[in-house]
Amino acid sequence: MSYKYFPHTEDDMRDMLKTCGVKSLDDLYAEIPDDIQFKREYDLPSSMSEAEVRKFFKDLGEKNKSLTCFTGAGCYDHYTPAVINYILQRSEFLTSYTPYQAEISQGTLQYIFEFQSMMAELTGMEVSNASMYDGPTATAEAMMMSVAHARKRNKVLASSTLNPNILRVLETYAKFHGVELEKIAEKDGVTDKADFETKVTNGDVAGVIVASPNYYGALEDYTGWADSCHAKKTLFIMNCNASTLGSIKTPGEWDADVAVGDAQSLGIPMCFGGPYVGYMCTRKSLIRKMPGRVVGATADADGQRAFVLTLQAREQHIRREKATSNICSNQSLMALFVTIYLSVMGKKGLQEVNELSYSGAHYLADELCATGKFSMAHNQPFLNEFAVKTTVDITLLQKKFIEAGIFGGLKITEDTLLFCVTEMRSKEEIDQLVNIVKQL
Amino acid sequence: MNNRYYGKLIFELSKPGRVGYSLPYNHCDTHHLAEIPEQLKRKQAAKLPEVDELTVVRHYTNMSNNNFGVDTGFYPLGSCTMKYNPKINEEICNLPEFTSLHPLQPDCTIQGALEVYYNVQKSLAEIAGLSEFTLNPFAGAHGELTGLMTMRTYHMKRGDLKRTKVIVPDSAHGTNPASAAVCGLEVVEVKSTPEGTIDVDDLKPLLDDTIAGIMMTNPNTLGIFEKEIPEIAKLVHACGGLLYYDGANLNPLLGKCRPGDMGFDIMHINLHKTFSTPHGGGGPGSGPIGVRAGLEEYLPNPRVRKTNEGKFMVDFDKNSLGSISGFLGNFAVVLRAYAYILTLGKENVKMVGPLATLNANYVKESLKSHYLLPIEGICKHEFVFDGLIDKSTDVTTLDVAKRLLDYGFHAPTIYFPMLFHQALMIEPTENESKETLDEFIAIMKKIAEEAISDPDNVKSAPHNTPVRRLDDTLAAKHPIVTYAEMLNDTPSDEA
Repeated sequence: MSYKYFPHTEDDMRDMLKTCGVKSLDDLYAEIPDDIQFKREYDLPSSMSEAEVRKFFKDLGEKNKSLTCFTGAGCYDHYTPAVINYILQRSEFLTSYTPYQAEISQGTLQYIFEFQSMMAELTGMEVSNASMYDGPTATAEAMMMSVAHARKRNKVLASSTLNPNILRVLETYAKFHGVELEKIAEKDGVTDKADFETKVTNGDVAGVIVASPNYYGALEDYTGWADSCHAKKTLFIMNCNASTLGSIKTPGEWDADVAVGDAQSLGIPMCFGGPYVGYMCTRKSLIRKMPGRVVGATADADGQRAFVLTLQAREQHIRREKATSNICSNQSLMALFVTIYLSVMGKKGLQEVNELSYSGAHYLADELCATGKFSMAHNQPFLNEFAVKTTVDITLLQKKFIEAGIFGGLKITEDTLLFCVTEMRSKEEIDQLVNIVKQL
Repeated sequence: MNNRYYGKLIFELSKPGRVGYSLPYNHCDTHHLAEIPEQLKRKQAAKLPEVDELTVVRHYTNMSNNNFGVDTGFYPLGSCTMKYNPKINEEICNLPEFTSLHPLQPDCTIQGALEVYYNVQKSLAEIAGLSEFTLNPFAGAHGELTGLMTMRTYHMKRGDLKRTKVIVPDSAHGTNPASAAVCGLEVVEVKSTPEGTIDVDDLKPLLDDTIAGIMMTNPNTLGIFEKEIPEIAKLVHACGGLLYYDGANLNPLLGKCRPGDMGFDIMHINLHKTFSTPHGGGGPGSGPIGVRAGLEEYLPNPRVRKTNEGKFMVDFDKNSLGSISGFLGNFAVVLRAYAYILTLGKENVKMVGPLATLNANYVKESLKSHYLLPIEGICKHEFVFDGLIDKSTDVTTLDVAKRLLDYGFHAPTIYFPMLFHQALMIEPTENESKETLDEFIAIMKKIAEEAISDPDNVKSAPHNTPVRRLDDTLAAKHPIVTYAEMLNDTPSDEA
């Protein structure tokens, strides 16, 4: 028996079994009751050689159709700088685990510290954790954090303009965690302020969760919202698409208490839904209520600046059922992804990405409306994503798009499509899409 | 490899005016960002670094050289299953035919991706001895939470609303009780016997109609197989509860025993442990959960199904517990696990457990002359020492762990499980050669001797690592968690 992932020779096995005081590998399982031992072959394919594995996945991949993407809705097709995957494949990063032994994990600890610093900058907040699974679960963690913070309140308000993907996850966590989740109504594509004021004024709300840009791409105006929340000791939680924060008003500037969301839009490949990375930032005064891992600066025995996992007294391995969350690890490698992305794109790059996306999205919106077959669903400012109503047969239109290799908008109601344009879309691609609409 | 510690931050390399990117010319420039209403605009640009491309590459390359991974050396971190991460898996998960797919594309354009997803669900069900899997959970702890949600949904749908407690052994991973609390369940602890297994006599009186179920891992965190499991399953099922299997310790059972056959109803698998996907410095992982027949409809949405015509589809089930992820989980991690399963095939999957168990027992038997083995007998994939046998010195488990770093090994898991004061939990995995294990054994013995001959040197270790022992107390009391705080020296929250 020789196999590339098992280094054991016959001689090795004989010597090792002898040291263990047994005669065979089966003897190592002697204590397992006979009737629960697994004695047949697995019903799995036979071992494939490396070349066969390559061919197998190439054939499978060809069953997919890569499309020119004009859809966002929680996953965005942005440019990925070449240097990122190159560095991510360095096995010192890829094959390590959570940095428990800080003396030989400074690489991981340093980039998480950089990630925290960059996310705090981007959201305009004071502190950040080491990352979360994805945007929806990060938002659910913020919901539970607000309930833990309020102690005696279990009601949380969530705007109806949040992405349904996020709302579904909030509803699940709320149901099991004993949170009373109530929706704030929507009005002309944004959260209804009057409904919010009515609901928050009772003083029984632990947290309010809103988004900007919201599901329809609309940039919402939250002037006065944080004050209304704070007057009732309610946490104001904002969910934001990380990429847009390079240009639009930040949760910090809106005086939010918690900023959460997905950072997939910072160049992470769409990759059929994951891995992405969620973020959570908050105020200094709430840092001990925050879930997830946190890296802090310290010094070593020689006084050298170094980094370490800190504030662990909040976490599951110490606090068990009293922990701030059950989260054990983070999405570390994806946090490294985002850190390198923000290093490469820097101060100006992110603004340029937003500028290109804004121009492209508004050009597409104008052109679609000019066909006479589309009209804007709402009269709200937007950046790279917008909803349009249409008089055409959406099923037929989508069929034509797919035939042309375009993922053209997501159907969100019977007569509404949600489009997204990023810096990846050229003018030619936009014109091609509009031509299909014209010819319909 | 760095000659010495590389400790710069990217912010410290920044110079105004430098860029590291290139973007296309704007051909659609009839509209500009400047049109956004003033009150919706960011006022001050984010203080992100301004660096050129080579500076970025050198910075992160040098930083990586401060790190230790499985590819660097032996990583016997107990309960984490730090096995080899095959390189073909990386090639497969980076194929553009998969990475370019938007998760909401129409089913007819994602048949290949859905087939991967469906086949992995089926393979895991066969290996686990259960009916059906979902791959949506992002990590082991997320799988635990989803599994407990499935358990509660099962009871709720039957109108059995009293079942609000879950039994957890005192030796369990910390995520077990924490997941239970997030799921709104009350934790009841069951004690361990002196042999380290669940005390069945302590369990019996806990079982009544308020019990939703029990969470167990088998082998347990001491690496001991809970051979009373058929009896425990009978007792828990008789009281109306379900059995949850924490798949963190599944590796030694491959080829030998299946959780479903032991009587477990729900489980999670850590693809980043048993199925060789890289730990990535702490994620992204993947924590698929499986259930026995009768529980399938409660699994989280969205689901991946195969139609009678042999097509694959994304589906939402009305009896589902709900959604626990934005889309279908960490797909690139699933791709890696599938490549691993196909590479091993049925002939080699079955050897994983026995060889991992052989390696663990070999190290245990070779070191019990120098380290205190509190529980004798055959272990499975891992085992726990309670520190050095010779307690005459004040050299602790922490000191031994730090000294190991000097010799080029990662340390075992330390101070877990909490049943012992000086726990050193060692898990070698099936990929390690006898030579590597012999080298580790020799160094562990050497450290035990150094603890007597030169205890101060051990207590002040490590000496040869990029940085020396760190001041954890300073970091916690005076938390500096961003570069801005570092510049202003304004801690997050003085304790």
